[in-house]
Amino acid sequence: MSSNSKNTFNEETLELVNKLIKRYPEGKHKSALIPILHIAQAEFGGWLSPETMDYVASILNIKPIEVYEVASFYSMFNLKAVGKCLIEVCRTSSCWARGSEDVVKHLEKRLGIKEGETTKDGMFTIKTVECLGSCGGAPMLQVGASFHENLTKEKVDALLDDYRTAGKQKSYTDLDYKNTL
Amino acid sequence: MGKKILIHNDKVPGINTLEVYRQHGGYASVEKALKTMTPEAVVEEVKKSGLRGRGGAGFPTGMKWSFLAKPPGVERYLVCNADESEPGTFKDRYLMEKIPHALIEGMITSSYALGAKTSYIYIRGEYFYVARILENAINEAYAAGLLGKNILGTEFSHDCYVQVGAGAYICGEETALLESLEGKRGNPRIKPPFPAIAGLYGCPTVVNNVETIAAVCPIINMGGDEYAKIGVGRSTGTKLISASGHINKPGVYEIEMGVPVEEFIYSEEYCGGIINGRKLKAVVAGGSSVPILPAELILKTEKGEPRLMTYESLSDGGFATGTMLGSGGFIVYDETTSIVKNLYTFARFYHHESCGQCSPCREGTGWMEKILHRIVEGHGKPGDVDLLWDIQRKIEGNTICPLGDAAAWPVASAIRHFRKEFEDYIKYPEKIKDFMPVV
Ligand SMILES: Cc1cc2nc3c(=O)[nH]c(=O)nc-3n(C[C@H](O)[C@H](O)[C@H](O)COP(=O)(O)O)c2cc1C
Ligand code: SF4
Ligand code: FES
Repeated sequence: MSSNSKNTFNEETLELVNKLIKRYPEGKHKSALIPILHIAQAEFGGWLSPETMDYVASILNIKPIEVYEVASFYSMFNLKAVGKCLIEVCRTSSCWARGSEDVVKHLEKRLGIKEGETTKDGMFTIKTVECLGSCGGAPMLQVGASFHENLTKEKVDALLDDYRTAGKQKSYTDLDYKNTL
Repeated sequence: MGKKILIHNDKVPGINTLEVYRQHGGYASVEKALKTMTPEAVVEEVKKSGLRGRGGAGFPTGMKWSFLAKPPGVERYLVCNADESEPGTFKDRYLMEKIPHALIEGMITSSYALGAKTSYIYIRGEYFYVARILENAINEAYAAGLLGKNILGTEFSHDCYVQVGAGAYICGEETALLESLEGKRGNPRIKPPFPAIAGLYGCPTVVNNVETIAAVCPIINMGGDEYAKIGVGRSTGTKLISASGHINKPGVYEIEMGVPVEEFIYSEEYCGGIINGRKLKAVVAGGSSVPILPAELILKTEKGEPRLMTYESLSDGGFATGTMLGSGGFIVYDETTSIVKNLYTFARFYHHESCGQCSPCREGTGWMEKILHRIVEGHGKPGDVDLLWDIQRKIEGNTICPLGDAAAWPVASAIRHFRKEFEDYIKYPEKIKDFMPVV
């Protein structure tokens, strides 16, 4: 992962950013802020440091405060460092009714951390979140762009093993914008 | 077997691709509208269909479209609301994931009707993989001349873009959505002006739900009058229902409006009954915001008539004994469910999602969460139930946007129908662990 001290997009990413900006009318480029923050978060370590936000402000030619106020409003933007693999467990009604509290307890036991914390090796963070629109697959959790539904203890164990092996190469907070646009 | 017109092809292999979608009649509404109809005629068919907004409020779509201001030389926009964050609702995700072109087709036909040169699909950030599916579908449509300049050789040109949000339920409220699309915090705007007059970038804008826009295609293909024959009374057409909770077959079902609730819960065609043969305790019929009803009131109205899956039947009895169809997020709770704990999850949700602009909502949701938290933890105080009642009453109707009401109604209805459970929590804290659900 690139360090947070020297944040600049490479040529390829800048091209993508310019493509995004063209989606809005002349002078309305601020509309690209949220998509660009997603890219910045993915590229610069899975969270938005003040330096990252300042850089995004400079790209869009807006005031840094305009970026901070947006970044702090939306729950998908992390303003503090998180693990490489951010595990977001839904805790709302349908998932709760089908056992989300047990899923969280099991994760806490397996990883030796509490909800909201990150493992010492920086690999996993557990976070509880509100309804992710996957209530039919309750209980469920999300890692990066992937949904994992109808969870059981065994499924959670298998997931952790998978991410532990694969996660050495890849950050799962990366939403993989580049392959889409 | 009810009629299906929205997701009838969901199991066809490759239906997510343009080629297979077209082989199954896809984009016929674009051909028909752009080549043989005026924009006004398209609006007229939607009016005749009786289609009502599928995002929750059920406002007649044709009427909404006819309110759109058309000052000369000013851009107009269509914005699709794919924010889908109302707990219990996941039908839009299903439609977009399985048949993305059904939405793109609807976007083109609807934009033609509204005279919009540009449209945006605002999709919640957590549905990132679905955004990718939509982007691919849009790329295919451009390559086939269905988007871009002079669509299918006609005068009509149109660009459609996907915009991802970043996790905020409030951005489903249409003016908050527009703020977010402009790159700001999702704070709802004070209305008027309504988006039809001053919406995106201050221009006239229509905001419609994914399912609403997708329904425009069959309406144009079969004609508004034919569409209006499906369903019952003013609840015309079909509706996607997201079914979850303690049922054997959770999932998304397309129903013809008018299916009895009892059939929906117990028949093999739909939910397949309650898990482990348990008894039904309560249902939230239209997403977390609508009043929860106990088994006897969801299956039958107060007058003893079977309750049907329609706007009118579900709201029969008002808030005293009825509920709402809402977004069609149908959550079923079995006899082991603690209504109090479930309500706590809702209260926590609304507090988390309040944008904080109005004090009754910002402070009230916080207080409701706090009081419910102490009740579920066994520290409830005598008078807490009345206090909750008082707080919800003071939020309702006193806020900029309907999130305040949406936070108040679940609390009011849970107390109205299950008051004794709340009082038991406060009276017998030592027994609380027995009130927990059996998973
Ligand atoms: C707090 C709140 C959240 C909402 N969330 C959604 C949503 O996720 N999706 C949606 O289509 N409509 C949502 N709505 C309703 C929209 O404001 C708007 O009425 C709807 O998009 C209009 O489309 P329709 O007429 O096609 O239903 C929400 C409303 C409120 C007050
Ligand atoms: S009611 Fe709540 S969510 Fe809506 S504008 Fe007011 S504070 Fe924000
Ligand atoms: S309640 Fe968990 S995904 Fe909706």
